[in-house]
Amino acid sequence: MLLHLFRRIGLVIPTFLGITVLAFFLIRLAPGDPILLLAGERGVSAERYEQLRIQFGFDRSLWVQYWDYLTSVLSGDLGVSVVSKTPVLTEFLNLFPATLELATVAIIFAVLIGLPAGVLAAVRRNSLFDYAVMGTSLVGYSMPIFWWALLLVLLFSVNLGWMPVAGRLDFMYDVEPVTGFMLVDTLLAGDGEAFRDALHHLVLPAIALGTIPLAVIARMTRSSMLEVLREDYVRTARAKGLSPMRVVFKHALRNALIPVVTVIGLQVSVLLTGAILTETIFSWPGIGKWLLESIYRRDYPAVQGGVLIVASIVIIVNTFVDILYAVINPRIRRR
Amino acid sequence: MGKLGSSKLITANAPKGPWGEFWDSYRQNLGALIGLPTLVLMVLVAVFAPWLAPYDPAIQHTDAFLVPPVWQDGGSMRFWLGTDDLGRDMLSRLIFGARFSLSIALAVVMLALAFGVSIGALAGTLRGIPEIVIMRIMDMMLALPALLLAIVVVAVLGASLVNAAIAVAVVLLPHFVRITRASVVSETARDYVTATRLDGAGPVRLFRIAVLPNIAAPLIVQATLAFSSAILDIAALGFLGLGAQPPTPEWGTLLSSSREFIQRAPWTVTLPGVAILVTVLATNLMGDGLRDALDPRLKR
Repeated sequence: MLLHLFRRIGLVIPTFLGITVLAFFLIRLAPGDPILLLAGERGVSAERYEQLRIQFGFDRSLWVQYWDYLTSVLSGDLGVSVVSKTPVLTEFLNLFPATLELATVAIIFAVLIGLPAGVLAAVRRNSLFDYAVMGTSLVGYSMPIFWWALLLVLLFSVNLGWMPVAGRLDFMYDVEPVTGFMLVDTLLAGDGEAFRDALHHLVLPAIALGTIPLAVIARMTRSSMLEVLREDYVRTARAKGLSPMRVVFKHALRNALIPVVTVIGLQVSVLLTGAILTETIFSWPGIGKWLLESIYRRDYPAVQGGVLIVASIVIIVNTFVDILYAVINPRIRRR
Repeated sequence: MGKLGSSKLITANAPKGPWGEFWDSYRQNLGALIGLPTLVLMVLVAVFAPWLAPYDPAIQHTDAFLVPPVWQDGGSMRFWLGTDDLGRDMLSRLIFGARFSLSIALAVVMLALAFGVSIGALAGTLRGIPEIVIMRIMDMMLALPALLLAIVVVAVLGASLVNAAIAVAVVLLPHFVRITRASVVSETARDYVTATRLDGAGPVRLFRIAVLPNIAAPLIVQATLAFSSAILDIAALGFLGLGAQPPTPEWGTLLSSSREFIQRAPWTVTLPGVAILVTVLATNLMGDGLRDALDPRLKR
């Protein structure tokens, strides 16, 4: 077990280094002069140019530059945004709670519906319900989510007027940002109406973002359940005369959940990618929207830092899921 | 009486060729049976676009801005699926969009397939340090969210359809590399391969006769799945303004340029999405069927 842990963590380091190399070259491979890119739209005088060249270390060898970049990244310095002139890390940390809140609600939505749907589909294999779940999840999986988000807006915001079109909270409400999570902050402020408004704002983006994870979880749960239901010990449990509910939930589901937990963990990557599209459509002030806007504005330090952090989050979560998988699945541990 | 000896039964038991066997297995899957003709239809529409489209997709009918589809009030037979904000025929734009979206997706998959198989074969043959380096780079690419990686590539190269295609191909590459390498490593350890090598077969010949037949099935399945994600990713990049640029009638670009008319003319947003969904769904259904039919090991 310990060996597995060390081996897995050992894999993280080269992957992280690789991503720093990618982020490092991002600015250097981009068309145009990196100093002009870093200086932004206004441009610089020849004198200032030379000064910046030395300041950013472009006069030194690539290796030295990379080493400098790596050490500053490791000490938490991700550069300064060209547009806002604030450190990229600060900007990221300000916006991250919004994305985290959206992603959390989205994955809760996906698990709450996907898991029971998958279990029921497996238990009633080849029933109408099974076909409906499998059909719907395949459609969900094949859906361009930006289009799905627009359809939701069209139906629930524009036509029915049930949900707000965009944003996190109505301008009416003024809530002190404490945690950055709107649901928590409105509760801390003791403002029930603002809480309901924040929840309202979350519904559509969370559904849009949670649809692909929902489809994946439902399909995975079903196939994993089907496999487990075929096992001898499930037949034994049935033969002992245990109630079907008990067999399904106590004997089968617990084992069937092992691969499902892994799949849920792997959705982090899907959620962060989906956040770019969903946040853009719903004007959700999170890192997805920020990253895309940084690209439009050619704010390379922001893009560089943002990509590095997002990729690191994905790697860390994936590693964690992998270790968790070994913890809950004794068969992996032995290897 | 005498039933067992009837000639009918004997012919029914006659062994089938590989194609017959494949088809027998493929047609078990209802979804796959629906997916195949749908995709074939889409491909035909793409190929014969200039003959099928009622109008030139770029022509602006200045007397008909935002005309709704024929089944809605105010719709006319002149424009079956209505027109967009510049008076361009939606049906024609969607038909030509099929041309762009499908051919780009195909090119992307071919690119990823060709490079993926070559790099994977190289890694599996060379072993040692090069293999470790290649596979670590592939793991790293898989660790990054696909669309994010594509966006980064486009951000570096600049926004255009060709760059978006390269970006998506890069994203799809690692899967092909992994399949090929794994198969090269496992097959070349077999006795019959050693025997062939002792007979004097070179690495290229070994790859062709020992490895390629073994990876054909998983590669076809992977290529089908890659095709559907290529369509989605290209459309997403187009939607974000990082792929095909207007007025190119690529499906994702169509969607993004009509976003502001979602209230007045919802069909300009819904129809391109339906086209994407139907194509991707058909491809995924076909992929499921192909996986079951071609690769029993992957059967779920």
